[in-house]
Amino acid sequence: MGLMNNHGVFERHSLLLTVAILIVVSIGGIIQMAPLFYMENTIEKVHGMRPYTPLELAGRDIYIREGCYVCHSQMVRPLRDEVERYGHYSLAAESMYDHPFQWGSKRTGPDLARVGNKYSVEWHVDHLIDPRSVVPESIMPPYAFLMDNRLHYDNISDKLRAQSMVGVPYTPDMIENAVADLESQVDPDADYDAQDAMVARYTEASGREGTILVRDYDGDPNEITEMDALVAYLQMTGTLVDFSVYEADDLGNRR
Amino acid sequence: MTIDTLSLRIEKSGATSMSTTLSSLPSPLKDNASILGVGGVLAVVLLWAVFAAANPGDILMSVHAWMFIAMLGAFVLGLFFWGGSVQDRSVFDQTRYEDTVIKWGVGASMFWGLVGFLVGIVIALQLTWPNIFYFPEIGWLNFGRLRPLHTSAVIFAFGGNVLLATSFYVVQRTCRTRLAGGMWPWFVFWGYQIFIVIAASGYIIGVTQSKEYAEPEWYADLWLTLVWVAYLMVFLGTIWKRKEPHIYVANWFYLSFIVTIAMLHIVNNLSMPVDWFGTRSYSVFSGVQDALTQWWYGHNAVGFFLTTGFLAIMYYFIPKRVNRPVYSYRLSIVHFWSLIFIYIWAGPHHLHYTALPQWAQTLGMTFSIMLWMPSWGGMINGVMTLSGAWDRLRTDAVVRMMIVSLAFYGMSTFEGPLMSVRAVNALSHYTEWGIGHVHSGALGWVGFISFGALYCLTPWLWKRTSLYSMKLVEWHFWIATIGILFYMISMWFAGIMEGLMWRAYNEFGFLEYSFVETVEAKHISYIIRMLGGLMYFAGAVIMAYNLVRTALGHAAPDQAAINRQTEQAAAPQPTLQPAQ
Repeated sequence: MGLMNNHGVFERHSLLLTVAILIVVSIGGIIQMAPLFYMENTIEKVHGMRPYTPLELAGRDIYIREGCYVCHSQMVRPLRDEVERYGHYSLAAESMYDHPFQWGSKRTGPDLARVGNKYSVEWHVDHLIDPRSVVPESIMPPYAFLMDNRLHYDNISDKLRAQSMVGVPYTPDMIENAVADLESQVDPDADYDAQDAMVARYTEASGREGTILVRDYDGDPNEITEMDALVAYLQMTGTLVDFSVYEADDLGNRR
Repeated sequence: MTIDTLSLRIEKSGATSMSTTLSSLPSPLKDNASILGVGGVLAVVLLWAVFAAANPGDILMSVHAWMFIAMLGAFVLGLFFWGGSVQDRSVFDQTRYEDTVIKWGVGASMFWGLVGFLVGIVIALQLTWPNIFYFPEIGWLNFGRLRPLHTSAVIFAFGGNVLLATSFYVVQRTCRTRLAGGMWPWFVFWGYQIFIVIAASGYIIGVTQSKEYAEPEWYADLWLTLVWVAYLMVFLGTIWKRKEPHIYVANWFYLSFIVTIAMLHIVNNLSMPVDWFGTRSYSVFSGVQDALTQWWYGHNAVGFFLTTGFLAIMYYFIPKRVNRPVYSYRLSIVHFWSLIFIYIWAGPHHLHYTALPQWAQTLGMTFSIMLWMPSWGGMINGVMTLSGAWDRLRTDAVVRMMIVSLAFYGMSTFEGPLMSVRAVNALSHYTEWGIGHVHSGALGWVGFISFGALYCLTPWLWKRTSLYSMKLVEWHFWIATIGILFYMISMWFAGIMEGLMWRAYNEFGFLEYSFVETVEAKHISYIIRMLGGLMYFAGAVIMAYNLVRTALGHAAPDQAAINRQTEQAAAPQPTLQPAQ
């Protein structure tokens, strides 16, 4: 065989060997990955999707910092039991603004792709403070310290700017007002004009009414805590697309 | 195996005038170049760290900036004082192998291995008895932060140091020349330890980009890239000055490991920092593209870090230990190229039934099944190397450990393709079965082949007749093997059970179990898994003790008797050796 008899060439020339290795290991990745940046069903925008509000984004960063993805997936598979347990299967578009994605790989706890609005805000706070107080068999760690940690959001504009640089459609308006937007989402008694402006900005991006929840999440009006941000994020996951009008069987949505 | 002085002859004829000029340079001058080079790189990064410490983008960065300053500063100072004490002594003696850095690598492997296994036991305990092992006010001890610490410590700190140490050892011996680059191998070693400390402390204090097995943030990634390029150059540089015409098969595997990990690391970690002096960054990819990039990286971290690197160990240490040639040269060519070609396609099997297009999932599944063959090709080549020396399985626990590691490799590279079949994956994905699968590969294959290599290297490097005690190796082998079986079987049981419970329906057509009932059902399996991990850790403690005593030159009483017998048997030799 030719390869066998001529393999000595690679064994005598280290650069040739290095280049050959590089070529051989590049092929598979290029063929699988490159098309995903161009194919319609992986880059389409579905009605309702919008960038995270500053408070939700801060909450998502806490979700990442605490390693929630280690035990919770965010990807409902199109299998009968999963759709019944968690809700409509996940669409590619639903994580299009997720830098990075949070699909996870293990369900030590349940899937969280559609946990938004499934439980009350109070339930989430109680559950995060002491999981076993509401689910006695749970093995989840307690996150009581989130109530004590003041949320650091002085760099939230920079975060939005970095996100827009990697392709999330934050407008200059959103970036400029990020701090005010964050504060007004967590304080129901905030300046109404600022609140309306925040809701209007993100509703316009979504194209759908009612995707922004304004309230004092952790029940502590004196301080914006990490608990506020995390619960704000949890309560909106998987709620942006309206599946009462989304036609999964529509020919355009088939894959 | 104890050649430490190379029989290098100075080529007097045929040397060009250029190379004569170079080689006639006093060698301390050339040495100084590499010392200055390393110092220069450290100084540049140190400068960034000082700026970051003075003007941190967030509080976590001020912690990391000061850690960088402390570690890099210690490195620079050490370099300065050590370099000053060298004077005109030739420290990078080209007639000798560079073994000191390998000794450090052996020590670091042992240390990080113990740390990684211990953290594994802690998180296993947390899942088993959450009320005892969690503390509501101490966030950094939670599972979500310790789990990346465990995975990174065992894969990159333990496995990575084993690969650094063995690759430096093997490339020198098979090329019959000293490591290239003077000071640079030391930069690679200490630079890698600095990366480990930054990464590990980051998970604890809450710095992560949440990409599994690639959690460190952008600045740690850049630092690792620097270290990795130096690693590649040291490795290639050593090959370039080899005294052997051919590059030995183990070095093909090391080379593919180094080159491919560089490619994977750079692409998967592309991200936009929020602040050039802050910790946080956002991946340039999102959603489905990010998912595929991540699992292209993730699965090939298994393929090229945990497989080709450790196959290189197999290709050197098994033939050397049993004193037999590799079973088949042909098989090594076929399985090398097919393994590295096919592995890279297998990533999408982590994304079955997700929003990834189905054609990509199918490609991933197909190549994963094809991967079974080259994997077993490697296993067969390793095991059959024992042809004519099968008795060593009975008499030498180190050989047994390495061969059993190949058995685990064969088992998990069969299990992997099975789990990559979409129908099987619908059941196995997201369950403990996956955890069992990776641990049969990690504890059985990677762990055992590493232990085998460390057991070989320690007496070789410290010039000892034998290990401190072969009996302790037997103990290590059996305790660890039974521990792995506890681990694997309990996780198979837990995984298949919870997979079936999640999809179970009652006679009315409703889901039979709530999610938390499936959590509760795994409690006994968790206890058994924790015990398995504890046994594996106990085995590693025995090994650490054995290796330390070996390095110190001790021999257990029974081992000393055996050593004396061997020496006496070898003693009566003619005073005059036949001319060579």
